[in-house]
Amino acid sequence: MLNWLLEPLSYEFIRNAIAIGILTGILCPVVGTYLIVQRMALLGDVIAHAVLPGLAIAFFLGIDILIGAFISGVFSTFVIAWIRSQSRVKADAAMALTFSSFFALGVTLITLLKSKLDLDSLLFGDILGVSTADVARTAIVTIILLILVKLFYKELLFYTFDKLGAQALGFPVNALHYGLMAAITLTIVTSMQTVGVVLVISLLVGPGITAYLLVKELHQVMILGAIMGIVASISGVYASYYLNIPSGPAIVLVTFSLFLGALLFSPSQGILTRPDRANRSTWIGRLLQSIKLGNK
Amino acid sequence: MLEVQNLTVNYRGIHALSNVSFCVEPKQIVGLIGPNGAGKSTLMKAMLGLVPATSGVVKFKKQALQQQLQHCAYVPQRSQIDWDYPTTVWSVVMMARTAHTGWFRSPSRQSQEIVADALQRVGIWNLRHRQIGELSGGQQQRVFLARAIAQQAELFLFDEPLAGIDKKTEEILFQIFAELRSEGKTLLVSSHEWGEALMNYDRLLLLNQQLVASGSPQDVMTLENIRCAYGGGVKPCPLDKNMETVFFC
Repeated sequence: MLNWLLEPLSYEFIRNAIAIGILTGILCPVVGTYLIVQRMALLGDVIAHAVLPGLAIAFFLGIDILIGAFISGVFSTFVIAWIRSQSRVKADAAMALTFSSFFALGVTLITLLKSKLDLDSLLFGDILGVSTADVARTAIVTIILLILVKLFYKELLFYTFDKLGAQALGFPVNALHYGLMAAITLTIVTSMQTVGVVLVISLLVGPGITAYLLVKELHQVMILGAIMGIVASISGVYASYYLNIPSGPAIVLVTFSLFLGALLFSPSQGILTRPDRANRSTWIGRLLQSIKLGNK
Repeated sequence: MLEVQNLTVNYRGIHALSNVSFCVEPKQIVGLIGPNGAGKSTLMKAMLGLVPATSGVVKFKKQALQQQLQHCAYVPQRSQIDWDYPTTVWSVVMMARTAHTGWFRSPSRQSQEIVADALQRVGIWNLRHRQIGELSGGQQQRVFLARAIAQQAELFLFDEPLAGIDKKTEEILFQIFAELRSEGKTLLVSSHEWGEALMNYDRLLLLNQQLVASGSPQDVMTLENIRCAYGGGVKPCPLDKNMETVFFC
């Protein structure tokens, strides 16, 4: 068993993959927590899909694809806001059309420009293909964003909990909003290699909502989410190595399994284990009780 | 003193408020009453700049209110809060100290004492580690009351604090209002409630897009004023020596 775990670690590319997996596994859940509490998970998915045309254009022009991706992602949020302000089209429909259109444009450009970009890796992740430079870049972004979250923690807490109250106190709400949007886009762009744009939303919100069912405070959601993000990412590395599947889907399936576990068995919120106030029992308790009585 | 002069709000084609002017002195609990859609919430939001005002001036102690927002505690309607947010009672009340603490610093010992004091004052000290979603409506309102107290503001704006709360919480609320009044604070409380509770206020402002009447509860709650604010189908039913209670048909 131990050999099974240790054997891949002899390869540098595996060590890089695990390193980037750990970093992404911390970064995505922490930043994604702000998507969860503001009910903006859908927007996270929109940004993730909208990075593609920027990526294609940047590659074609020879500039850093992550910069192109970042601009494209942020631009999509402006397009959505513009559609909503200029017409009676509502947020959900505006988002749906915008993200699919940006995504389609990206795929088209990549094909037409005959880019040597590997579409599969961009869409679904290629954690085994990361270089040491990629790890270094991800480490820098992760450290910077974690420091910013720590520095602005109490202001972001207030703002995301009670926007009106924060605004009423004179908080710079626009700066906080755009700052969060930029942080989310940067997180998505940085995580593309690990989990891919199509599925990055799962790593952004999955560990967070699992933690949300288990703990009471925002910072606890972030910490526990990060731990689960690490578990999911490392599982993705091993799945990629042994099963030869893309890392993204593997990470997502582990994330969902953890969520399902919390959904069913959380001591306070789990469907089977939460205390039923009327009966002072839990579903699973009553089941075990009935089995015991049946055996007598 | 709070001075509102000619406040008008035309929001997306709707005339929400029209030339509203009034003053509120310190050591007063002023009730802002009127039917649903009268603009009570809009008035408070426009005063704080949360909703754009078409025209008007709002001053507190002779200076623009929006230049000194930290001196004003705004307690929004409970329906506007996400009660599933992962945070505890203590953390919510501590949010009031965010501005005082300043950027990049952690709350001081003094802030912690102020928060503890506020929690004890409203009677929710033993709930301080509860996640806010586990509280009853009345307890949730008291959390926000504690938050407003912890801010140590001079002016308090309460948006429908009495909606959907139990009797005990209502008593605590009015008790705290009275304490804040004796400390020299200025309080504006909006309510769509009727009846006995209105006698708790020193002054009433009856609003329906415009300021229909202002004065003591007896002066404001006349049949004529109420008909003006609420429309024609109103009949009086004298139940109380001090004030007629009116019913709608």
